[in-house]
Amino acid sequence: MTVLSNRYDFALVFEVINGNPNGDPDAGNLPRLDPETNKGLVSDVSLKRKIRNYVDLAHGGTDGHHIYVEEGAILNEKHRQAYKALRPEEAKLDKAAKLNPKDDHEAIRLRDFMCGNFFDVRTFGAVMSTGINCGQVKGPVQMSFARSVEPIMPLEVSITRMAATNEAEKKQKAEGDDSSQRVDNRTMGRKHIVPYGLYVAHGFVSAKFAERTGFSENDLELLWEALSNMFEHDRSAARGEMAVRKLIVFKHQNALGNAPAHKLFELVKIGRNIDGVFRDVDDKGIGNTPPARKFADYMVEIDQANCPTGIEILELL
Amino acid sequence: MACFTRPELKIERVSYDVMTPSAARGILEAIHWKPAIRWIVDAIHVLEPIRYQSIRRNEVGHKAPAAKIKSAMKRGDLAGLQLLADEDRQQRASTVLVRPCYIIEAHFVLTARAGPDDNEGKHLDIFNRRASRGQCFHQPCLGTREFAAGFELIPPDQPLPKAISETRDFGFMLWDIDHQARGRPSLFFRAVMEDGIVRVPEPGSEEIRR
Repeated sequence: MTVLSNRYDFALVFEVINGNPNGDPDAGNLPRLDPETNKGLVSDVSLKRKIRNYVDLAHGGTDGHHIYVEEGAILNEKHRQAYKALRPEEAKLDKAAKLNPKDDHEAIRLRDFMCGNFFDVRTFGAVMSTGINCGQVKGPVQMSFARSVEPIMPLEVSITRMAATNEAEKKQKAEGDDSSQRVDNRTMGRKHIVPYGLYVAHGFVSAKFAERTGFSENDLELLWEALSNMFEHDRSAARGEMAVRKLIVFKHQNALGNAPAHKLFELVKIGRNIDGVFRDVDDKGIGNTPPARKFADYMVEIDQANCPTGIEILELL
Repeated sequence: MACFTRPELKIERVSYDVMTPSAARGILEAIHWKPAIRWIVDAIHVLEPIRYQSIRRNEVGHKAPAAKIKSAMKRGDLAGLQLLADEDRQQRASTVLVRPCYIIEAHFVLTARAGPDDNEGKHLDIFNRRASRGQCFHQPCLGTREFAAGFELIPPDQPLPKAISETRDFGFMLWDIDHQARGRPSLFFRAVMEDGIVRVPEPGSEEIRR
């Protein structure tokens, strides 16, 4: 377990084709939009969920890679059986267990136990009701909202299903229908898609917090792997085609960093590719060009020349 | 974006109109802090108009219970130590600030835990060095961790960017949380913005209410 000794900042560029990257529960599951600019948003928690799911798929249930905030089935039931086979019944819940640990020392032990076993607690942190320092574990990895490079134009697609959910619905449909020809039980539904969107998310890895939770170099490798592949195992009817197109990592020479993060993110320039020429997305001269519908309509340039000293740019994708 | 949550509106988070002194302290501490020093925020300059936006997200409803972790440790297996996100779901809206930009005016004082080799010059140098290079202990944030804060040091010889020309009374606002006292009570002050600048009272002054 080698602990991190470098600060990292990363920019993740991903695309969506005919899908909904992140629905907005406030707007009937329409793709999230920034109402002022019409640029698309994907929330930080949505991206973290995918990282958790990937780690669970790739290393599910191996030591130190359990996932605390799970989705769906509990795979660990299987492990429990293994334990039960090894040890005859000792899992008695202490009824009189206090809700809070006795002292700081025990709180730290509990925290270390959680960090040691659960990848997501070690990476993103967790709020635990240990009553010490609000019982928060701050994880080294911090992510921000992803935002699309250009305004997106969500489309509403109406679809039909050729079956009714239940008898009552079938009857209702039949009564409400004046035509005598109706024999099927169709139901109309709606999908919202973004024809094409290129999104950028920024993230930060603090080496100092990594020391506290035991987030190691191996965990970092796994994080990069998860970021690169997080959409490959997140296929669904709603998502369309999503893919990570670029993962640009800025490695600082030391733990505290060598340059402001926002300066580094400014080095990554994304513009429209107009006949092989880089044009800024705000360029007034490209107003008449058709909207982007594929990754090749964009150009991602990294301004290596203005890279501050002590920063190593790693293009992992 | 930023979300400095009002303590009275925590479930569906609603942000204060400006950064609280306690959030400003957190940003400074993310850049440099030692138990030997204590940051005191003097003023907050508001550089951008105050605007809001609403975001609704799926959140989980529970925290990790210490008792369960304890019993799992005793048993040596992880059974029952999961949080099922889709069965324990709460959709919550947050009303957040859009494109905020502030200047924090602050100083620090040495605390009782300062050793013989702690002096103000040393800590000030460390802070200035880090802030001007963009170094930080962890990336500071604007209220919650998903809203990362970019920061730059304004050197003494540089003029301050102009604050917005607006005078507004924000009413009672969180000053900070008293972590030393039992039960960690919150302390409040009457926040008034005059020409874009919110003056923050000194610790222990009359204006701070419990």
